[in-house]
Amino acid sequence: MSEPAPATNYLNWNYSIRSWLLTTDHKRIGLLYLMGVTFFFAIGGLMASLFRMELATPAGNLVTADTYNKLFTLHGVVMIFFFLVPSVPGVLGNFVLPIMIGAKDVAFPRLNLASWYVYIIGGCITLYVAVTGGLDTGWTFYTPYSSTYANTKVITAALGVFITGFSSILTGLNFIVTTHKLRAPGMTWMRLPLFVWAIYATSLIMVLATPVLAITIALIAIERATGIGIFDPAIGGDPVLFQHMFWFYSHPAVYIMILPSMGVMSELIACFCRRRIFGYSFVAASSLAIAIIGFFVWGHHLFVSTQSPYAGMVFSFLSFLVAIPSAVKAFNWTATMYKSSVSWQTPMVYAMGFMGLFLIGGLTGLFLANLAVDIHLHDTYFVVAHFHYIMVGGALMGYLGGLHYWWPKITGKLYPEWWGKFSALTVFIGFNLTFMPQFVLGFMGMPRRYYSYPVEWQALNVLSSAGATILGVGYLIPMIYLIWSLKNGKPAPANPWGAKGLEWTTPSPPPMHNFEQTPIVTEEAYAYGNEGHGHG
Amino acid sequence: MKHHIVPVRLYLGIFGALMVLTAITVTVSFYDLGFLNTFVAITIAVCKATLVILYFMHVRYSNKLIWVFAGAGFVWLVILIAFTLSDTMTRAWIPLPPPLPM
Repeated sequence: MSEPAPATNYLNWNYSIRSWLLTTDHKRIGLLYLMGVTFFFAIGGLMASLFRMELATPAGNLVTADTYNKLFTLHGVVMIFFFLVPSVPGVLGNFVLPIMIGAKDVAFPRLNLASWYVYIIGGCITLYVAVTGGLDTGWTFYTPYSSTYANTKVITAALGVFITGFSSILTGLNFIVTTHKLRAPGMTWMRLPLFVWAIYATSLIMVLATPVLAITIALIAIERATGIGIFDPAIGGDPVLFQHMFWFYSHPAVYIMILPSMGVMSELIACFCRRRIFGYSFVAASSLAIAIIGFFVWGHHLFVSTQSPYAGMVFSFLSFLVAIPSAVKAFNWTATMYKSSVSWQTPMVYAMGFMGLFLIGGLTGLFLANLAVDIHLHDTYFVVAHFHYIMVGGALMGYLGGLHYWWPKITGKLYPEWWGKFSALTVFIGFNLTFMPQFVLGFMGMPRRYYSYPVEWQALNVLSSAGATILGVGYLIPMIYLIWSLKNGKPAPANPWGAKGLEWTTPSPPPMHNFEQTPIVTEEAYAYGNEGHGHG
Repeated sequence: MKHHIVPVRLYLGIFGALMVLTAITVTVSFYDLGFLNTFVAITIAVCKATLVILYFMHVRYSNKLIWVFAGAGFVWLVILIAFTLSDTMTRAWIPLPPPLPM
């Protein structure tokens, strides 16, 4: 199983800074993304810990109302545009997608490096905004907060998001072409690992939706510069038009964040259950179905705006519809696990965290897709809890599960298994303690984005803040032991999990061009059937 | 991957067509056609975009997969416009309550 690693690999062939900053190797670019997203995750987390501290007491006594607005705005902007969107595609997608399909690199390696630089430039602009006055519109940039009543650095922040959007588009384009053109001989579409299907579907959304965000932001700038009425009703515009255009991107963006983690889930479940994924073709097709139906549901964010109730009914129905492909995945993962021999290693513990949390996040989404219920719950903590169950409980758990799964491949080192499981459980417990009380608070009517609240809600808010502390510790632990493992971890064999897939046939860490010779694929993905487990 | 060689003459022809269409847009803007103003302007713009996509971007000489991806962009544009209009065109079906006194 463990063949000796070759003397040179993608990490040690050159140690110079220049070789990293000018690399066109998808594996090194994946690691550059890892550093970028980890940095922005820490910034976003810091903002969250500050406003959770503020919310520990009913009175606004730690920061001013203005500062509070800026904290939650930057938390949202940083976490969504600079962490969640690029995390799984940028880090794991870049690293493993080409290896999974048996390619030497992505289709456009230089474009790949360019998209990292574009991302970093957008990030620097956003950081500049953070330290020179902030942004208080909420991450959604809603007009008229961002237009008529803008009193912070709206245009600069919008420019940062505008620029980083192009990073998404270029990455998506790269993955689409790579998947179409660079598959190894024998790697047919129906043999692709489900992670590749998920990243492919994500890339389609990136390419089709992100330009609309850029256009929307450009229109705000045009309105301000020329006085042509687009969103401002005083000059003939329509502020709800902004919400339509914004959510045309931003709702599919939710699927940009969750779909890659669903792809990771399929890999983890198959590997640690030693099973072919139940209903492979349905799971693959459900990624595409989510990507497409996800474009037809944006109006559910506008139920309490002046959006026509007739449009509301259509959007409500379509929002219920998108639950079907998500449920296909959840049921098929469960069916894969049924009567299999599960090995409870760290990535699988994260995968189980994903299952539980995504289930709650997904089902509470149905409450909000319901027109009448949404009138009560809109803009309350119920919504905050719901999307954190999807974004953090789902997307982030998937990312961490994937990072632990491929860490031995990426670094050639094993991390301490006990600490891995401990961190996964800590994150799970901390997460639920943070966000479960927020469902209750929201149902009781606590609005989001307020820095003070009535005294009777303090107990639940203190629980939530305490949970956030545990959650923060849960994220710090992997950061420590993963970095520790770089120097002190045991060397990883080529296939530490006994997993199927081309990435496990090459040494850890992989050689510069991934494979010594182009692999030829002769079997379907997840061909675990011959190993005597389950009924396979 | 094979590339279709496009004669320079064709590029110049397309360039000329784009210039003529631009001239028409400018000329038409001096006449008030009522509700047709936007219709005419957008029709000309769509013609120009189609020429650019088919010839300058070589889609005309590309395989079906490229056609699918190029077409998808337009389908998605239709989704954006159609569903937004499904809101704005049906808003008046239910009369709004009178605004609160300020």
